[in-house]
Amino acid sequence: MALDKATVARIAALARIRIPEEELEGLAAEMEKIIGWVKQLDEVNTDDVPPMASVVDVDLPWRDDKVTDGDCRDKVLANAPEKAEGFFAVPKVLE
Amino acid sequence: MAQARDGLAKGDFTSLELTQAHITALEATRELNAFVTETPERAMKAAKASDDRRASNNGGGGETGSMEGLPIAIKDLFCTEGVLTTASSHILDGFMPQYESTVTANLWRSGSVMLGKTNLDEFAMGSATVNSYYGPTVNPWRRSGDDKPLVPGGSSGGSAAAVAARMALGATGTDTGGSIRQPASFCGIVGVKPTYGRCSRWGIVAFASSLDQAGPMTRTVRDGAMMLGAMAGYDPKDSTSADRPVPDFEAALEKSVKGLKVGIPEEYRMDGMSAELLALWDQGKEWLKAAGAEIIPVSLPHSKYALPTYYIVAPAEASSNLARYDGVRYGLRVEGATMQEMYENTRGEGFGDEVTRRILIGTYVLSAGYYDAYYLKAQKLRTLISRDFREAFDKVDVLLTPTAPSTAFAIGEKMDDPIAMYLNDVFTVPASLAGLPGISVPAGLSGDGLPEGLQLIARPFDEETMFRAARALEEAAAFDAEPALISRAQR
Repeated sequence: MALDKATVARIAALARIRIPEEELEGLAAEMEKIIGWVKQLDEVNTDDVPPMASVVDVDLPWRDDKVTDGDCRDKVLANAPEKAEGFFAVPKVLE
Repeated sequence: MAQARDGLAKGDFTSLELTQAHITALEATRELNAFVTETPERAMKAAKASDDRRASNNGGGGETGSMEGLPIAIKDLFCTEGVLTTASSHILDGFMPQYESTVTANLWRSGSVMLGKTNLDEFAMGSATVNSYYGPTVNPWRRSGDDKPLVPGGSSGGSAAAVAARMALGATGTDTGGSIRQPASFCGIVGVKPTYGRCSRWGIVAFASSLDQAGPMTRTVRDGAMMLGAMAGYDPKDSTSADRPVPDFEAALEKSVKGLKVGIPEEYRMDGMSAELLALWDQGKEWLKAAGAEIIPVSLPHSKYALPTYYIVAPAEASSNLARYDGVRYGLRVEGATMQEMYENTRGEGFGDEVTRRILIGTYVLSAGYYDAYYLKAQKLRTLISRDFREAFDKVDVLLTPTAPSTAFAIGEKMDDPIAMYLNDVFTVPASLAGLPGISVPAGLSGDGLPEGLQLIARPFDEETMFRAARALEEAAAFDAEPALISRAQR
């Protein structure tokens, strides 16, 4: 499928990034080129190859299911662009 | 750095004096734009505390660390408590971490002194440190007879420039596809990417979690070994950090390379490589051979697929990791009428072009209907690339390759073609995909007077062999050229 303006607009909406209408065309051309380039992987037959799951041979560790952190509300909120009464504040979600 | 350590131990100078000298150097070279944030007061306080520790230790009281009193720089991708951390992105405007990354905490515990936070490509995405909201960093090197400003490589370009320009004794970098090794090569310094899992990723702003690793950037191999020892170690807060002891990397330098088997991957000999670079690579083989190593040709057949594989895996992971920048918890917020609009406005304004491009590519390859064709395919290629290395390491102990396909280029070059920029990492990305340790050692100068590095790649968690071979290479190369900026200052 060609990567056209409409596709880039759809992807940008999925990624929640506003992209000005006049930039869509240029981005579509760039992405088309990059995607076309990575497509060369299709030359390799990978029918019997498992996908890599872990980079190095290390088992993920287990730990006890208990609280190790917390009670630091002010620290969590310290960098919030907007906060109110101990909460993050966001635009109205429900009408 | 090792020299400064010994000088401090002997009492030739104090950490305060050493730190002040570096702050002066840093102020004199601001034109390079190596730092996003300078922390001179904090540095002087830490230096004083270090001198006090040393004094009480000499009386038998306190304890001194392995990096006691040594001033270093930190890539602005490591969270530092109470010190602005930007990832060189507009979207992290004003972000003051409330916690310290594990790697930097380890460094402070070892006694090191922080001079400031260095510039990088936004979110570590780039190979030239030109994609920074805070402007490009300039390489202290110049082509002979040409004053055109050059890039320091990237993404750890600020760290590389700071070390090369003698602003810091060492600096931390992070390497996802070459972000430590390639700038080290461009700036004529040593850059170490340890095995995935050697250093904790906790508190480092995430780019591609299955690839990101922290490592040291220093002037010598010994300094790299010493600094990695201070950075590394198991951390329960990073589930991919390796629960194994940190060896004495510096001790490994004392062993000879006699009998060491050095593999030369034939696929790394690519079309369009300069004759100079090929000659340097051949020289590297001769050096190691003369030191007693055995040179063995090996094959890594899937090498040519490493870059396209990387440019699926890394953007996919980035698109997921960078979803957290939403204008709610930290950094920039650009208002909108609805929640959705606020997200879109914030991210639209906050991310630069390359970051946006990679998030879009990542979102695309992970989107419904394309996952198998791109992401799954790439993960299968990663298995094959990893297998190639494993088979090579059945025959050899370490691999020798060039670090980068070119020397430093001018600021502005390669900027209109993303793929041309991506090719910078052609020799470093394969080891990243396989999680292997790699080091770049400055090996010589190109005809136009710019540094060129050679890379050594070793088995997982065998940094000791890597350092041992690197030391032999360093000794033979005897690289003592200085960047234009330094030689000019001394005239």
